[in-house]
Amino acid sequence: MNTLFLIMVFAYLLGALMALVSGRGVGGRSLTGGAAAVGAASGLVLGLWVLLSGVPYSLYWPNLLPVGGGLALYLDSLGAFFLVVIGVGAIPAAIYGISYTAVYDKGPVSLRLLGVMLNLFLLSMSLVTLADNIFTFLIMWEGMSLTSYFLVMTESEHRETTEAGLWYIAMTHVGLALLLAAFLLLAGDTSGAFADLRANAALLSPTMRGLVFVLAFLGFGSKAGIIPLHVWLPRAHPAAPSHVSALMSGVMIKLGIYGLLRMALDLLGGGPAWWGVLVLAVGAVSALVGILYALMESDLKRLLAYSSVENIGIILLGIGAGLLLHTYGLMAPAMLGFVGGLFHTLNHASFKSLLFLGSGSVLHAVHTRNMEAMGGLIKRMPQTAFFFLIGAVAISALPPLNGFASEWLVFQALLGGANIPNPEVAVAMPVGVAMLALTSGLAAAGFVKAFGITFLAIPRSTEAEQAHESPLAMQIGMGSLAVVCVALGLGAAAVVPVIGRALVGLGGLPQTAPAFQLTLETPDSFGQISPAALGVILLVVLGLIMLGLRLIRANRPVRVSDSWGCGRIEQTPRMEYTATAFAEPLRRVFAELYRPTRELTIDFHPESKYFVQSIQYKSEITPWFERSLYEPLLRLIKGVAYRLRGLQSGSLHLYLLYLALTLLILLFATRWF
Amino acid sequence: MAGYLLAIIQMVLALALAPMLVGLVRWLKARLQNRCGAPPWQPYFELRKLLGKEVVVSNNTSWLFRVTPYIVFGSAVTVTLLLPLITANQPLDRTGDMLTVVYLLLLGTFFLALAGLDPGTPFGGMGASREMTVAAIAEPTIALSIFGLAVAAGSTNLGQIVAQTLAEPAVLITPGHLLAFVALFIAALAETGRLPVDNPSTHLELTMIHEAMLLEYSGRYLALIEWGAWLKLLIFLSLLANLFVPWGVATTLSLPALVGGLAAWVVKLVVLGAAIALLETQIAKLRLFRVPELLAVSFLLALLAVTSSFLLR
Repeated sequence: MNTLFLIMVFAYLLGALMALVSGRGVGGRSLTGGAAAVGAASGLVLGLWVLLSGVPYSLYWPNLLPVGGGLALYLDSLGAFFLVVIGVGAIPAAIYGISYTAVYDKGPVSLRLLGVMLNLFLLSMSLVTLADNIFTFLIMWEGMSLTSYFLVMTESEHRETTEAGLWYIAMTHVGLALLLAAFLLLAGDTSGAFADLRANAALLSPTMRGLVFVLAFLGFGSKAGIIPLHVWLPRAHPAAPSHVSALMSGVMIKLGIYGLLRMALDLLGGGPAWWGVLVLAVGAVSALVGILYALMESDLKRLLAYSSVENIGIILLGIGAGLLLHTYGLMAPAMLGFVGGLFHTLNHASFKSLLFLGSGSVLHAVHTRNMEAMGGLIKRMPQTAFFFLIGAVAISALPPLNGFASEWLVFQALLGGANIPNPEVAVAMPVGVAMLALTSGLAAAGFVKAFGITFLAIPRSTEAEQAHESPLAMQIGMGSLAVVCVALGLGAAAVVPVIGRALVGLGGLPQTAPAFQLTLETPDSFGQISPAALGVILLVVLGLIMLGLRLIRANRPVRVSDSWGCGRIEQTPRMEYTATAFAEPLRRVFAELYRPTRELTIDFHPESKYFVQSIQYKSEITPWFERSLYEPLLRLIKGVAYRLRGLQSGSLHLYLLYLALTLLILLFATRWF
Repeated sequence: MAGYLLAIIQMVLALALAPMLVGLVRWLKARLQNRCGAPPWQPYFELRKLLGKEVVVSNNTSWLFRVTPYIVFGSAVTVTLLLPLITANQPLDRTGDMLTVVYLLLLGTFFLALAGLDPGTPFGGMGASREMTVAAIAEPTIALSIFGLAVAAGSTNLGQIVAQTLAEPAVLITPGHLLAFVALFIAALAETGRLPVDNPSTHLELTMIHEAMLLEYSGRYLALIEWGAWLKLLIFLSLLANLFVPWGVATTLSLPALVGGLAAWVVKLVVLGAAIALLETQIAKLRLFRVPELLAVSFLLALLAVTSSFLLR
């Protein structure tokens, strides 16, 4: 295990070094990307090893920076699971990046910086899952945030990108401050090692524990992208290069989930019912509002980013149900909720990475993220289209792919909430079920839009008409993730028990993972399905239908002709349904949330108003809750900053005075406390 | 082994009876409106005609358009293998539960909506957009009804629900059960494209939902999609019939029990079909943007159903 760990660390470091030496050209890009892929692969194997054997891996190095206990690494099964998630997302993304970054060979973007930051980003993410004291955890957490900030800023020549970067760096540091507060409150006088925190958590008063939980939930939630702390996500993820978007949406935000589980379940060991209800409520709101905003986007990557908010919501629904059931001592269904959440974490890592890589492939060919300028790509980019379709079916939770299997588990966990003795708490469960069902229905609508408008029908622009398939490395990246989506779906019954091991014994959960045979089965046999058998039946039925049609001789050749169009002669792309039009019914149904503004300008012919010269239609949706929440806050910060500007006079004497004053205050403070 | 054979027999019966059910509804509607109407077995002739015809597809379409009919029909056929139609005791019950049934049908809808967009005509896109909207907002009602049934029966697997309800028939008259029935009935009308949500016999493209997506289909592709849609109606009516009124469903594999189960199923389908025919002659189609209100009502009913089943437990 030690070797694997060292390979992982040194592969990433070597990748960063090679990028520093030469990031450009096929050679430079292959070496940087290849090293990242090797690092991610060894992380994946290390994670699987720990998960399957149950033997943790540890490395303590207290002398390295002897503050707060130094470097402490300890990989238990929960961390190992997330290391696997990183591997699943990072290997394809790194390979994909080799070709994807070829556009930067010429131009203002520094491939050096991109390569260095990518490898360091992956390294710090991997080490977050291993951290075993506050010091290591926060250093790695901050490293992950900073490196990803540089990755977001890759195309910093665009104003949009720098704005996104600013939002991201601000929000991530608000999150860090909250986390710091949570950890310091939890640590008290102890050394900051996680084992001490676990012991100390039991001694804290319930109010204190609640405060720690809320701070940690908000801190980790801001990284995961819960509503209303998600504002950075739909800005930053689309601005980054697509393989980085895949890593951020598919992998990085999941570490927020990791942190939440580590804190709530492991360190604090579970809590009162309101914790679970809070997580459930935030999860339901994030899922629903996330997908509703995704539906309104015509920017393909922003659509995917909002859908990440939705999926984090689904994961939190599973975890919230788990926490709630855990409170009432219903350990078997609680396990189901946590496993459902974790399985959806893994699944989202696979299909969201796939979809972001697919969108990158489209962006590579069409040079725009605007879906209204796409169309007909299924004929020009057949591989990308096929892989994107698999991702779209999987994320819409349609059987027999993986999204269905994990959402089924979350559903079952929520149904298990019927056993909660307090009816007023138990009623949260059916509401969660309804929200999850509405979300998955809307997700299906959203991804019909994303796939249908982007890939089907006639191209809406010359760029789309001249689109071309992406190079091999990009296809390999997407193809391997598509295989993972199918495999996780059909093999769900084999995967889920392994995921169960990640939770065994945490916070009083049972010591044995739930056993599954060929079927996915809930502990008290509340429901049973077999995704593998379902897939086989579906295939056999499809085969039989084709055979049957042949047998009854209903196989006359297909004739290709024009579309039927009520007598019009020519069909142009302008007659097609647009992305905006597709979402219009839902925009009306949920008008209360969107508050759309409409502006219709019609120019009539001066002679008669029966002749229209031009029509302009403009419609916008206002994210009102974002505005009402963030705009006053930003005004306040700006105002305070403006006043504080007086402190920065530039005079050296004044700064020396500040230093002296600070020193004096500190001296007195240590004397008095 | 006999169990698997029975599952296949159920599937064949469902395939065979689906056109008849639709024909019956159409014929009853015609009689109620003082028209002669085509005979109830007319859909069989339609299928034969369509299967023998040449297929014409639009030159804008891709492979997805040609695969969709198979997926729509195939997913509906797969669902019929999972249902307790004449017996609650069949081995494939463990392969998929009620959530699987709903999401398998959504798989068909998903691909059909994509196929509606594929030819690039405005009507196809319009149909796809509306169908997905209705499907999405009908989803919570269906999930909550399932929740209500599952909480009462202790399982989401269909055969289990039927067996459990047969063992404790008292749950049938609880308010939760009755409310859930009405809620699921409304959602089923929306899912199967019946009045007042969608008019299955409309010829005006602007008011179409389901039909608008099929405008470009012809020949055997159209036959498969139509047959799949008829199967969907049969599936939802069978769910309503056997989950909420499970009497007659065979729990043993003896011949008299199975014959009884078959007879009970057919009678229940006829009754529900007649109810739909009656309903469709009484009410007009709702405007598209009034449909969410109807579905919100059904959602509230379902929520009340679940809450009452929690409180009365």
